[in-house]
Parts: sequence; structure tokens; C-alpha cells
Amino acid sequence: MNRWIEKQRHLIDFTASSLARRKGKSLGLLVVYTLLVFVLASVSLYTHALRNEATRVLAGTPEVVLQRLIAGRHDLIPPGYIEKIGRVRGVQKIEGRLWGYYYDSVLKANYTFMVPSDRRIAEGEIVVGPALERSRGLAEGNGISFRAYSGELHTFIVSEVLAHESELVNADLVLMSEADFRRFFAYPDGHYTDIALWVANPQEVRNVGLKLINALPDSRPILREEVLRTYASIFDWREGMMLALLSAAILAFGIFAWEKAAGLSAEEKREIGILKAIGWETGDVIAMKFWEGFLVSLLAFLLGYVAAYVHVFHFEFALFAPVLQGWAVLYPSFALTPKIDGLQVATLFVFSVLPYTAATLVPIWRAATTDPDTVMRS
Amino acid sequence: MIFQPAIIALLLAAGLSLAMLATASPFAVQLIRHWDLGSGSERQLRLERLTYLFSMMVALVCGLQILSTLLFVFNADKMSVMFVGAMCAVGALNANAYGFPALYAQLALFFFASTWLAINRLDNQARDYPLTRLKYVLLLAYAPLAALVLYLQFNYFIRLEADVITSCCGSMFSEEADTVASEVSAMAPRQAIALFYAGLGTAVLLALWHWRGAGRRVWSGLAVGASSVVAFFAALMGIVAFVSLYIYEHPHHHCPFCILKPEYDYQGYLLYVPLFAAAAAGLAAGVLTLFARRPSLATLAPQASARLAGIAAAGFALFLAVASFMVLSSNLILLE
Repeated sequence: MNRWIEKQRHLIDFTASSLARRKGKSLGLLVVYTLLVFVLASVSLYTHALRNEATRVLAGTPEVVLQRLIAGRHDLIPPGYIEKIGRVRGVQKIEGRLWGYYYDSVLKANYTFMVPSDRRIAEGEIVVGPALERSRGLAEGNGISFRAYSGELHTFIVSEVLAHESELVNADLVLMSEADFRRFFAYPDGHYTDIALWVANPQEVRNVGLKLINALPDSRPILREEVLRTYASIFDWREGMMLALLSAAILAFGIFAWEKAAGLSAEEKREIGILKAIGWETGDVIAMKFWEGFLVSLLAFLLGYVAAYVHVFHFEFALFAPVLQGWAVLYPSFALTPKIDGLQVATLFVFSVLPYTAATLVPIWRAATTDPDTVMRS
Repeated sequence: MIFQPAIIALLLAAGLSLAMLATASPFAVQLIRHWDLGSGSERQLRLERLTYLFSMMVALVCGLQILSTLLFVFNADKMSVMFVGAMCAVGALNANAYGFPALYAQLALFFFASTWLAINRLDNQARDYPLTRLKYVLLLAYAPLAALVLYLQFNYFIRLEADVITSCCGSMFSEEADTVASEVSAMAPRQAIALFYAGLGTAVLLALWHWRGAGRRVWSGLAVGASSVVAFFAALMGIVAFVSLYIYEHPHHHCPFCILKPEYDYQGYLLYVPLFAAAAAGLAAGVLTLFARRPSLATLAPQASARLAGIAAAGFALFLAVASFMVLSSNLILLE
């Protein structure tokens, strides 16, 4: 075993110095290889972080949201609807929620107006999200007027700006009291936008959903796990689409690697010829070439991955963000939590190292099996 | 659900493996028919040269299969959030009829690949490459198996439908949707424990004995191979029947995949890595003793077999130690 390790050590040594001798060629390959890993790793790190963020954000939401449908469209919850549900076993809390969208023609953006259930806001006051603070230049104590859909102007005092940490969810949020909300939107009394239900046991959620459908056939319960699943599959799908598009790049890289490996210079050919003439076996030359590929791959993989990490978590994915994250006027600015996942790394490995290895197989073999005398004579 | 990165990667790996084996197959036929090391004909020289290429290719395919096996299980676990009622890989694999067959085929391919690599290594050490023909006969058997894996995986992935919200009707989860089975059945713990320790203990002792005997006894080598296969199944059964219960500290949670999850500190890897390494080494140790009768392998084959038996003994022993430690340090009381 020791002899084997010793031999490989010498082979690696030899390979490294031979790579260093051919700097230009090795560097060209390394740069292209690193770029490929960088692009692929950026995409996968970013989508993975987004997925995690979605899971984290949704963790605090109610397990079931119940909407009422009329002719397949979302409608208001009429008075008495919540009472009709009655007591469902396993449900901790039922609550009617009030929220809506407001289009601000100044910013040409939509805000989310909402009546919070866990805090009291005095009439005439509002609490705004950080994106509003930025774009409308608001601060605590300022006044702001919104023109309601009825045409009247309503003025509110900003009592607080929400924390930046949770900007992904509260960027465009405006919180107000129930009375203000109903007055502003001319919302009919006793009506709600939808109903939120909190269920203690995760395994009961589906049963609660079924009971709701039976009790209220015109409703549609939306489960939190469904929302999570949908987000996860959207992000996966986007990432997959990106990778499918990038497959052309991977293919091009394969061809490039093949060309690089196949185009042995006269000097390299002579080197292999001399090595074989002084007693190297074909297997040794293959092992040397294997180490060459391994070193280049490892270096490119590490460099590309680290660069992608910096790109995603320090530069906010500046290069590809528009493709993957979606778009909005009041886009939240958020920092993602760095997270590395084994499956992602393994997948990335298959997408980058595998094409390279497969593409260099035949050239390596061709180089290793050349006869020393043919090489040296030519 | 074909547009998932890990799924694309798996299909890419399976497709590439099959493509490489398919290119190697016509050559394998040629080699089986014309291989003659004594001859100095041009054809023989060409064949000798090409064996390097195809050995490399198949070695790459084998390495790839080992990686794919990991990726497949990993991915199944990750996908479980997409299906109603699926808690972990078992649920995701049960999402359609192709899941578990694909896993089993992948595992079979893994053991086939590891055995092939052992034979290849032994063959390269001998002066006259005595096993070359056999290697390429095995390669011809390998290609259909790889095709089967690709077929099963493709069918499994293409038939997966994530239970997501659709724009028209919100609850895809409606009454009719069947949930996927998320549990695996298991045997009674007392019998399972007896079988587990008997099977693995026998395998360790046989492998040690074969190793001590420097691999010279053919039948002890065969016994190592057979007992490794038995021990592998005994170990899997034991994990399902009681080891996992102790890890989860829950008398009804039998899943052999959840132990790979971060919630359980990835303890599964401590079990599966030694187990798979030991089973592959034990199987190869058994196969290699078969070649001891060939003159050029008379010393090499027993040597290689003994070394592999040593690895198998160490792997199974480590697995036993880890599993026993997990059981003993658990707070669950399964047997009074």
C-alpha cells in the first residue's frame, strides 16, 4: 500500500510540474472550466437559498387558508361563514383576515394593505414596510395620503417602519386598523378577505381540509404544505430550465476539453515518447494523464464554487438574478442565508467533472498508446 | 418533473454510462472471439491497445454508478416534500411503481460494478492478462443492466407528478387523491436481532478466517462471498426492524432512509458506508478465489481475495459496532 501511495505521489509531482511547464494551455482550460463551474454553481446555490428562504418564511404562516369561490373566482367571506365552520377538532384558532392590494399611481406599484391580528394599530396610523420607506421617503411621524378607489383622499401618520430583516415578506406591506381598512376600501361590514386556521398536529391538516370542503362546498382550502410544494417545484423547475439551457454550454465545454486534450503538441508527444522509451508503461502514462485531469478538475471546481459562493451571497447574484428571482417594482432587497447542500454539490459534480472526464477519455488513451519510436522519429 | 437538476444529472449519468457501454460492446464481441495473447498479429496488437481504452471507460462507468446510487437515494429523499403523504425517500419512491425497482436495479448495478473493478484490478496485475475474456463477457452482461437502469429511472421520473396548487382548483389534495405509502413493513424485533447478529457475526468470522489463511482455501473464499450477501440482507433487515427504531426512539418508525437526514445527524452514513464497502469487498473476495486455479494467478488471486476479505471483516465489524452503539445509547426500550 505504501509503495502504491509513493508511486502516485511521484506521478502527481511529475504531472504538476509538467502542467506548470505548459502554462498557457493549462491556464486556458482552467479558466473555461472554472467559468462553467461558476455559472452552474451560482444557479444552484441561489435557487437552493431561495428555496430555504421560502420554507423559513412560510414556517410562521397558518396551516390552512380558506377562500370562498364564486364562479371559480375568489370572493369575500360573508357574515356568518366562520360560525358555519363551527368547531373543527384539531383546529387551535380560526380567524377572519382582512387584506387587499392598493395601486399607487405615484410609484406605479402595488402595496399590500393588511389588518394585523397580533397587534393593535390606532386609527389614523399606519405601519409601513421598508420598501415603502425607501421609495416614498417615509419615516416615523410622517404623514402620507392615499387616494381610495372611491376617489376620496385619506391621510395617515406613519407610526413605525417594519424591520429590514424580514424584508422578503414585508417590503410592500402597509398595516392599519380594521376601521381604517373598512373605511378606505369601503369594505362591507362583517365580510372578510379569507379565513386562516391554525392546526396543531401536522398530520391532521389534510383531515381538517376535507372537513372544511364538506362543510362549505363553495370554499377552497389552501394548505401550507401545498404552498411550500408549489414554491419548491417552481424553483426546481426554474433551476432545471436554466441547466437545460446551459446544456449547450456544457456540450461546448466537452468539445473544448476534447480538442485541448487531443491537440497534443509536438513537445508533449516527444515527452510521452521519451517516458515510454525509458520504461514507463501505458498504464503509467494513463495514470499520469488521469492525475492531470483530476488536478485541473479539482482546482476548477474549487475556484468556480468559491467564486459562485461569493457571487451569490456577497454580490446578491447580480449577474443572473433577473432570470431566476422574478420581478416587481417594489422589489425587496434581501440577503440570503448561505447554505451548502450535499445533493447540490454532487449534482454540480455530474454536470461539470463528468463531461470533462468523458471527453478526455479517448485523447488520453490515444496519447498513452503511441509508440515511442513513431513519435521520436517524426 | 424531469426538469429537476438532480434528475437531469441522474439521467445524464445513466445515459452516458449506457452510451459508453454500448460503444464498448461491439469491441467486446470482437475481443471475445479473437483474443490470443500468444499471437503477434496486427489485430491482436490493436485489441491489446483498445483494451486500455475500454478498461478506462468501464472503470469510469463503475465509478459513476457508485456516485449515482448515492445521488438517487439523496434525491428521493429531497423530492419527498413534493408528494402528499410522503415523509421521506420511501414515500417518494412509492410515488409510482417504478421507484423501488429503479433503486434495486441501481443497487445491483453498484455491486456488479464493484466486482468488475476488483476483477479488472486483479487481471491487470497478472503478466498474461488471464481474465480479459471474462471481463468482456461480463461487460456484455453489464450493458443490458445499464439499459434497464436507464429505462426504470426514466419511467420513474417522467411519471412523477408533484402535488402542487393549480390555478383552477387550489386543493389538489382533494378527497380522491391517494396518499403514498410512507412506511415499510418489518419483522418482530426479537427475531430480527437474533438474525442480525448471527448473520453479521458469521460474516465477520468467516472473512477473518479467510484473511488469516491468506486466502488459500477456495471454499472459505466462497463462504465469505455467500455470507457477505446474506449479511448484507440481514443488515438491511435489521436496520428496518430495530436499529432505526432505536435511532428515532420511536417504536413504529421503520424507515431506512430517514436516518440519512440532518434531523438524525446523518447517522445513516455511519451505517451504510461501512456496510456497502464491506458487502462489495466480501462479494469480490468470493469471486476472486474462483480464479486461484489459473497458473498466473496462483499467488495473486488468493492475495487479493485475502485483502478484500480483511476489508470486509473490518467493514462488517465496524458496522456492527456502530449499530450496537446506537442501540445501546438510545433511550428507547423495545425489549423488556
